[in-house]
Amino acid sequence: MMKKYITDFRVVANEQLTDRLFLLRLTPADGSRIADCRAGQFAELRVDNEPKVFLRRPISIHRIDRETNEMWLLVQRAGNGTRKLGELRARELLNILYPLGNGFGMEDAAGRHFLLIGGGVGVAPLLETGYQLLQNGAQVSFLLGGRSCAEIAHVAQFCKVGKVYITSEDGSVIEGLDCQKGFVTQHSILREGAFDAIRVCGPLPMMKAVARVVSGWKQNEQPHFCEVSLENKMACGLGVCLCCVEDTQDGHKCVCTDGPVFDIKDLKW
Amino acid sequence: MANLQTNIAGLELKNPVLTASGTFGYGTEFSDFIDLERLGGFIVKGTTLHPRQGNPYPRLAETPSGMINAVGLQNKGVAYYIEHIHPQLASLKTNVIVNLSGSCIEDYVEGARMLNEVETIPAIELNISCPNVKAGGMGFGTKPEMAAEVVSAVRDVYKKPLIVKLTPNVTSIAEIAKAVEGAGADSVSLINTVLAMAVDAERQRPVLSTVTGGLSGAAVKPIALRCVWQVYHAVQIPIVGLGGIMNATDAIEFLLCGARAIEVGTANFIDPAVTMKIIDGIDEYLDRHGCQNVSEIVGALKV
Repeated sequence: MMKKYITDFRVVANEQLTDRLFLLRLTPADGSRIADCRAGQFAELRVDNEPKVFLRRPISIHRIDRETNEMWLLVQRAGNGTRKLGELRARELLNILYPLGNGFGMEDAAGRHFLLIGGGVGVAPLLETGYQLLQNGAQVSFLLGGRSCAEIAHVAQFCKVGKVYITSEDGSVIEGLDCQKGFVTQHSILREGAFDAIRVCGPLPMMKAVARVVSGWKQNEQPHFCEVSLENKMACGLGVCLCCVEDTQDGHKCVCTDGPVFDIKDLKW
Repeated sequence: MANLQTNIAGLELKNPVLTASGTFGYGTEFSDFIDLERLGGFIVKGTTLHPRQGNPYPRLAETPSGMINAVGLQNKGVAYYIEHIHPQLASLKTNVIVNLSGSCIEDYVEGARMLNEVETIPAIELNISCPNVKAGGMGFGTKPEMAAEVVSAVRDVYKKPLIVKLTPNVTSIAEIAKAVEGAGADSVSLINTVLAMAVDAERQRPVLSTVTGGLSGAAVKPIALRCVWQVYHAVQIPIVGLGGIMNATDAIEFLLCGARAIEVGTANFIDPAVTMKIIDGIDEYLDRHGCQNVSEIVGALKV
């Protein structure tokens, strides 16, 4: 279990990336080094000065940049909490509880080819995951989907880590990338035997569709071939309130501590 | 530095700050943030004789200044707790109190009998007030006769301090408190969550899988204070106050209304280190008000 911290971060910048997605770049206010985080872990953000918001907001860790000592959080405006977070300005403080959850499996990554599939704000944990997989000697490709290419955030960042494939529902394209019309499951790159492991984060129907496609593959018999990162309504983030449960083959599991990452074979999908 | 020590029916607390069942897991989840041994004690997750899966998802609705939960006492059962969880907590130099719930009197009695045998469990909190279980739970806590019946049966087998947790979802909480006092309770803790519901207007559906659930958090504090105040004037046994305590000032308000100890619940979700701040804040308040002992402010409300 990794040590968890409650830390005040200072906003370095808040950048609007797409219509609904913004990027918070944060650094510890006291100048301390950002704690070790496993890719796929998340943070609980305290939302101050918003009477409609009582609980912290769980947000995936998008990137830990050790050179600048910055934590990047990719956030989608969805309700009162995330809207308030979107109003944060440079130099303001944000209280963060982190790192939480289990993160993606990195074991035996060396020499294997990972396909990281993301949709919408679900691309968030995949950037750091890509970097950590590279560090562990893996090969990384991304398959990112959106209604249109304009809604897919941070494509240039993903391109620094590995080859990027795109699907857009409206058929829009990004110059120089393999863009295909439709859903991620319809991209020709997603086929049996092409990758050694698959990691997915996105809207539930997308994750279930990917799970359906790969669950018939022989490779899925191996442990952790396909892992998905789930989202759930959460209060504590520490596994004590038992609100964010997912029904698994082994009974109710907390998404905040037993997850957010699950092997699809353990889920009742 | 005032003396923060307090006593609940023979249970010695180094300070009046406990944590509320269901908001603090088994304590160790918080050891990155606080020194568990600085607590007066902590009350572990609601435990039933038999394991429970709890209710289906969704179990949570956020509301203004609060949240509604519908967890439904998910736990692994008394025997599992005693065998696998408690041994990791037994050596802690604080009170590890078990919250015991049930759906019939026989289950309460058997659970209490088993917990009575564990030397390092100094007290139990008998939960007759959970709004999220279909059978039993709050059903026992809403009628004075039924509350007295279950407390009396547990009293026969449980020989250590017995704290009975009361629900606010009644016409007169003072009547229930009197009934459990008469049946042999050593202390009452109040309040459990307030029966509540949340609606998703766009989808025209309830937010929670169980439709109704239990409201907690800052929103319930005024109700909890009223309940503590009423019960303080109705019974002689010590009161443990809880409901919406978010900071030291909130805790002190409960002490002034007559609580001899307090439990911090939902606030742990927002600030996992809040209990330490509350202990320090009570100490600072007592100094500022020239008090030597925390007992000086218990029930000291000037009316």
